[in-house]
Amino acid sequence: MKYIIKKVITLIMALLVISIFTFVAFSILPGDAAMTKLGTAGTPEKIEAMREELGLNRPIITRYLDWLKDAVKGEFGESYQYSSTSVASLISERLPTTVLLAVISFLFIFSLSIPLGLISTKHPGKWLDTLINQLMQIMMAIPSFFLGIILTYIFGLVLKWFQPGKFISPAEDFIASARYLVFPALAVALPKVAMMVKFLRSGILAETKKDYVRTAYSKGSSENRVLFRHILKNALIPVITFAAMIIAEILAGSIVVEQVFGVPGMGRLLIMAIASRDYPVVQAVVTYITAIVIIVNFIVDMLYQLVDPRVNTA
Amino acid sequence: MNKRTRFLCLLAVMVLLVSVTLGGCQGDKGTESSTTDNNSSTNAASETEATRATTGGSVVVGMTQDLVSLDPHIQTDAGTRNVVFNLFEGLVKPTSDGDLMPAVASDYEVLEDGKVYRFTLREGITFHDGSKVTVEDIKYSIERYAEVQSEASVFSAMDEVVVIDESTVELRLEEANTELLADLATVYIIPQSNTDVATNPIGTGPFKFVSYTAGQKLMLSKHEGYWKEGYPYLDEVEFKFIADVETAFMELQAGTLDILNYLTIDQVEILGEEFNIVEGSMNLVHALYLNNDYEPLQDVKVRQALCHAVDKDTINEFFAGGKSRLIGSHMIPSIVKYYEEGAEGLYPYDVEKAKELLAEAGYAEGFDLVITVPNAYSQHVRTAEIIVENLKAVGINASLELVEWSTWLSDVYAERNYQSTVIGVDAKLAPSSWLIRYVSTYENNFMNYSSNEYDDIFAQAKAAVDETEKVTLYKELQMILAQEAVNVFIQDPAEFVAVNRKLTGYEVFPVAAQDLSTVRYVEQ
Amino acid sequence: MKKKPNYNLICGIVITGLILSITVIGQFFTPYDPNELNASLKNAAPSLMHLMGTDNLGRDILSRVMAGIGTTLFIALWTVFIGGLFGTIVGALTGYFGGWIDEAVMRVNDILLSFPSILLALIFVSVVGTGKLNLIICLGILFIPSFARIVRSEIIRLKALDFVKSAKVMGAGHLRIIFVHMLPNIVVSMLTTAAIGFNNAILAEAGMSYLGLGVQPPDASLGRMISESQAYLFNAPWFSIFPGIVIILTILGFSLISDGLKKVSGAAS
Repeated sequence: MKYIIKKVITLIMALLVISIFTFVAFSILPGDAAMTKLGTAGTPEKIEAMREELGLNRPIITRYLDWLKDAVKGEFGESYQYSSTSVASLISERLPTTVLLAVISFLFIFSLSIPLGLISTKHPGKWLDTLINQLMQIMMAIPSFFLGIILTYIFGLVLKWFQPGKFISPAEDFIASARYLVFPALAVALPKVAMMVKFLRSGILAETKKDYVRTAYSKGSSENRVLFRHILKNALIPVITFAAMIIAEILAGSIVVEQVFGVPGMGRLLIMAIASRDYPVVQAVVTYITAIVIIVNFIVDMLYQLVDPRVNTA
Repeated sequence: MNKRTRFLCLLAVMVLLVSVTLGGCQGDKGTESSTTDNNSSTNAASETEATRATTGGSVVVGMTQDLVSLDPHIQTDAGTRNVVFNLFEGLVKPTSDGDLMPAVASDYEVLEDGKVYRFTLREGITFHDGSKVTVEDIKYSIERYAEVQSEASVFSAMDEVVVIDESTVELRLEEANTELLADLATVYIIPQSNTDVATNPIGTGPFKFVSYTAGQKLMLSKHEGYWKEGYPYLDEVEFKFIADVETAFMELQAGTLDILNYLTIDQVEILGEEFNIVEGSMNLVHALYLNNDYEPLQDVKVRQALCHAVDKDTINEFFAGGKSRLIGSHMIPSIVKYYEEGAEGLYPYDVEKAKELLAEAGYAEGFDLVITVPNAYSQHVRTAEIIVENLKAVGINASLELVEWSTWLSDVYAERNYQSTVIGVDAKLAPSSWLIRYVSTYENNFMNYSSNEYDDIFAQAKAAVDETEKVTLYKELQMILAQEAVNVFIQDPAEFVAVNRKLTGYEVFPVAAQDLSTVRYVEQ
Repeated sequence: MKKKPNYNLICGIVITGLILSITVIGQFFTPYDPNELNASLKNAAPSLMHLMGTDNLGRDILSRVMAGIGTTLFIALWTVFIGGLFGTIVGALTGYFGGWIDEAVMRVNDILLSFPSILLALIFVSVVGTGKLNLIICLGILFIPSFARIVRSEIIRLKALDFVKSAKVMGAGHLRIIFVHMLPNIVVSMLTTAAIGFNNAILAEAGMSYLGLGVQPPDASLGRMISESQAYLFNAPWFSIFPGIVIILTILGFSLISDGLKKVSGAAS
């Protein structure tokens, strides 16, 4: 119980620190929302007028505290760039998309990497292992946006299995949305499958050589029993760490992949908001990302306990 | 089951999962959107003539910049203006050849040498919600525009708007302004009764507002009561926002977009038979803008050397396949009446001459020059790359600095903290809106150009009532800028718009306006 | 029993050797000036004159690739070095000593990891400016958290093992335990991490160049070339294929070597 409370406090503190950091960052970055909105038509007076309208001319601390006051209530204010559109609505439009993309990506990652990893360790060094290895090597070396472009070209324009850009949000049509997201999910997943397989394989093989494994065999356990009971548990630790990083990354929004496939997700929103110095939106998205990462890491720490009780991460 | 079976099961599940999802997508092949089905023409022979046009149908237009706001009176950018052109109209409206035509007003008179403008309200004209446009609405709109735009607009010199009778209204100025009509084209008339201007825009334009999803799309539908008989043709227009230019292009090729503007020449060369390419110009003064305060650039000889060193033809070649019009001063050729052709070609590409001038100015060894470019505009970046090579050939050590758009706006445009930059600058229909930039007291004179002579002549030109005098003076200003080589003026870049072959009637404008009212499907 | 030749190592060395020699040659000589423009040869297909074709500004792609590999490798290696060095130190120390320092540092780590790297990069660049050195520092810092986390979790796992306990009992100092006893055991996963990190560093550099934060044009960098090539994929695919293949080969080469080395060290035990 105490453990959980400690974690919650940590979460809150982290969110606070991040929000302050974002705030400071925005103060350092040249240009602000008023200037960007007006563009080349901006004159000092117009910019001042716009600043007043957006409330940008108040002292820094005031602006931050005001934001904080509203944020804890769950009100993230209105976007600077899109006047009279609430930040919450901008996010809630895109969150389902990013989440769906993330989920499909996970499905691919885990359904592909675990079997591949296991297969390759069955007969290490034999042709199947080598084949998978080389394939994974190559897969890891391909930048995901390059992969995305190739997928778009092959499946979108040549085979016409999907129409690039014709994205439907999950709210409108869940199945169609999921079908479209298969391809961006592939672009996201494949490079990570390669890394996972590598981790899994090296982890399992390293464990296999350990003494306790030989001991288990000599005691008469079957190969698979040894595998699942002992080896996997130990090999999984770095894998879980890695998985945590991937999860956080994907949930935060795979910016480049979203760009290539025209998927309006959180990543794109963040980029657009940073470019137009839309502070409320950036703060909200960053808060979301931070929360996700910390929660995921928390779950991961719990998993460590499960997998290897000797480890004490409290 | 034994280990082999278990393992095969895993494999099977994995394969099943992958194939179900991928195979399921085969279904998409057959599903086309209803509009594309309706209008799927066969590979008809070339028909660039619109024979019998059809009314109805819907069109998807791509836009690579999202809308700033749907409030027609606030300051917005060209992308937004392009779009709202379909929703709103002012008392007058620009035509595709740079002229003005009556819109909400059916007639107008300029009295007292430009101090009073009298307008006659068009009979029977209605707003999108069906209500009749009244002179009170006109008065309200003008006053609101002046208030929202505040000091910066020409309407700060406005004395008052007077309603004479139920179909006549007069705009009275404190000082005469002979160029007000062009500015009135963007004073959009909206109903006084509408309080939700930004979220529920109502105007008199050919299309009315249906819905807007920020960052995604704007839906418009036909204004049944539009005053111009027979227009618009289309039932529905969707403006689809796609942030990434390359993705937008892919959508165009895939058929999810019917119209896309601001295409590059490379993209035009890729497009096949299904698209007509409409050529226009971007209505920009594209140049290597120089900070005249930066020491080496203070000397006119140095600036002239730069003009001779930059290979404008090559830039044109790369930028637009050679189809842009090269310019010599700060004015676009499509404003025909005021354009000074003599400014062109003053500085032919001549490396030797450039070196000579540099030596005369005392910079035989060259100097350092940083070119700050906004990375969002790949055209400017590429132009800058070419310029860097050009300048190297005359001994100038040029380097690029890519910055974010916001950073460019704040460092270069606002604070003038730069040496040189490549950008395209736009303005409105009125010539003064272009040339005012070089007046020493103008807030956005980011070139730091200062000349008493220029300021004087500008003031004279602005005040001139006689048409011929105006033209002469504005042309003189252009020559000054050219002779002083204030910037290295390059071109008014050619603009390419791809329009689906099934459509016709798309016209380009010399101002930011994408007019969908004349667009229609060609009958099969 | 006849030993099977270590294919991984051999292939890896061959490929990497090829890449490295092209890189070295590229520092001194390229078929054309990488920045030389040629309007008439815009987007030309590969030919005898231009083995890899030309790009959208008519520049020879082969020359740019040769110049570009060097830049990319330089940046990636330094990034992994900085990230790895500091990440290992941080991870080892916090994992070993634990306690509230560990908590605090790990929270900061998480925060760094969760903060969108683009925002961090933007801030960094706006404060110190663009350029190769700044890019390396920026990316290096961004890579510290991931190294730290992996090292830390490994150290924690090892801490509980007998050999560490016995070292302590024997009176070995903390630092000695960490660096002499524990780290060597993690070399395997560290190498894996470094190999992956190297891969990511190249991709990160591509991403930064994409945003204009990396190597400034007109200088060539493989990442930048690929992002520039996006628009021409359909009529000039060689523009993206060649830099892409070179990146893939580079990464492949190093991965194969590291795999091969693992086999060698594995065979010994």
